[in-house]
Amino acid sequence: MTALLDMDRLLDDLEAGLRRILEERGVTAPALIGIRTGGVWLADVMSKRLALKEPWGELDISFYRDDFSRIGLNPKVKPSSLPFSTEDRDIILIDDVIMSGRTIRAAMNEIFDYGRPASIILATLVDLGARELPVQPDVTGQVLALESHQRVKLRGPDPLYIELQETGR
Amino acid sequence: MTVNDPSSTSLQLTDDGQLRHFLTLDGLNRALLTEILDTADSFIEVGERSIKKVPLLRGRTVVNLFFESSTRTRSTFELAAKRLSADVLNLDISTSATSKGESLSDTLLNLEAMASDMFVVRHSQSGAPHFIAESVTPGVAIINAGDGRHAHPTQAMLDMLTIRQHKGRFEGLKVAIVGDVLHSRVARSQIRALNELGAAEVRVIAPATLLPRDVESLGCSIEYDMVRGMKNLDVVIMLRLQKERMEGALLPSEREFYRLYGLSREKLALADAECIVMHPGPINRGVEIESAVADGPQSVILNQVTNGIAIRMAVMSMAMGGQMAERTRRQAGRARV
Repeated sequence: MTALLDMDRLLDDLEAGLRRILEERGVTAPALIGIRTGGVWLADVMSKRLALKEPWGELDISFYRDDFSRIGLNPKVKPSSLPFSTEDRDIILIDDVIMSGRTIRAAMNEIFDYGRPASIILATLVDLGARELPVQPDVTGQVLALESHQRVKLRGPDPLYIELQETGR
Repeated sequence: MTVNDPSSTSLQLTDDGQLRHFLTLDGLNRALLTEILDTADSFIEVGERSIKKVPLLRGRTVVNLFFESSTRTRSTFELAAKRLSADVLNLDISTSATSKGESLSDTLLNLEAMASDMFVVRHSQSGAPHFIAESVTPGVAIINAGDGRHAHPTQAMLDMLTIRQHKGRFEGLKVAIVGDVLHSRVARSQIRALNELGAAEVRVIAPATLLPRDVESLGCSIEYDMVRGMKNLDVVIMLRLQKERMEGALLPSEREFYRLYGLSREKLALADAECIVMHPGPINRGVEIESAVADGPQSVILNQVTNGIAIRMAVMSMAMGGQMAERTRRQAGRARV
């Protein structure tokens, strides 16, 4: 499975998809935000590929997770860091994997606390389906169908690769 | 009940080591203290946003239960709870039902009936928050906002956050705590935190009449002469002279106290050039600290206040999260049966 995912091709597809949608929407100066941890590595790569002049931002969504009332606070929370205001900006939000859509909901809530963006484009490297919320990526590197006991995780930052994990059952 | 009894550890920590109450620093290890500081760092960033609020305690009710008056501590707890999106009720019990003869237990039963999720408690009796934590309904978190002469753990942790911000570490640091240690619940919590976090030396500098008898057993050295004590210091923490708690002739006069133990520019010059000056407030200018020092370039007193909000957000969200995770496990356990 891991061998099926050619990282260079995935990144090429992600870049091409982003270029296409930026052009369609007439966005010339997007602000890039990665979701910690995998999304931040991807933000770094895409920022260079798209030759963005502005530094990218990173979000830690721990304070916005909807499972706080079940499992409590993530003990490894780190500060989010956005070196720009999101007010009236066109944002590219990037993450490694989308599944339930809950992470993206939390991330969008957090982004709005920095100001009201003009638009948000969602880019994910891998889409595993299994959505629980009506949240869909605008750009994705690859759609994957996994067995219920399988998960994937982006490892990195150098080199970036996708790891297939077998969960307990 | 003794307030240092080891039961406080099992009382304030869940089976898997998360906070469920925050009563004392006793029994909390370096990893957990560091987790509190790291979490507070993330809340500092929240305080710099356009919207300084996160939804963690949305729908929860926090009751500030102050049996002893306080402005700074109560207002930073209130702000912290509001920035976590909680509903906040401020009760100044010293002017309320207890003065009409209602017992502490009855007051609490009434507040629990209002579906409160957290009590932030300040009380003049040592051990009062501990007592409340033992008797409160499971699921309700208790935060100690200062009890008698026992502990003031959120103040000590905001001081640790301030030290880490300015010094970047605890290892190797020489820290002095100066003044009215006898009446200070802050000093006890600070000494405990500094030792656990790895400070090289904690010194208390005070006249013998303002030192508790057991002070060395807390893990510090004693210096009666401030001129000697200021040498090589990285951090000097001044304590407020608690005039309202003085009984009998502990001090010759305020002027004499200032001459011997007040932090003047001359005395500060004896410390390391990068030494920071801290004070938990409120300041008695000209009694324990010279105005020019309190407002000077080495003073980090106002940073302490800002950090107080972040530390309180951290312990409130961690304790509430611990309670909620525990409830989830309880329910899962019941479901399996």
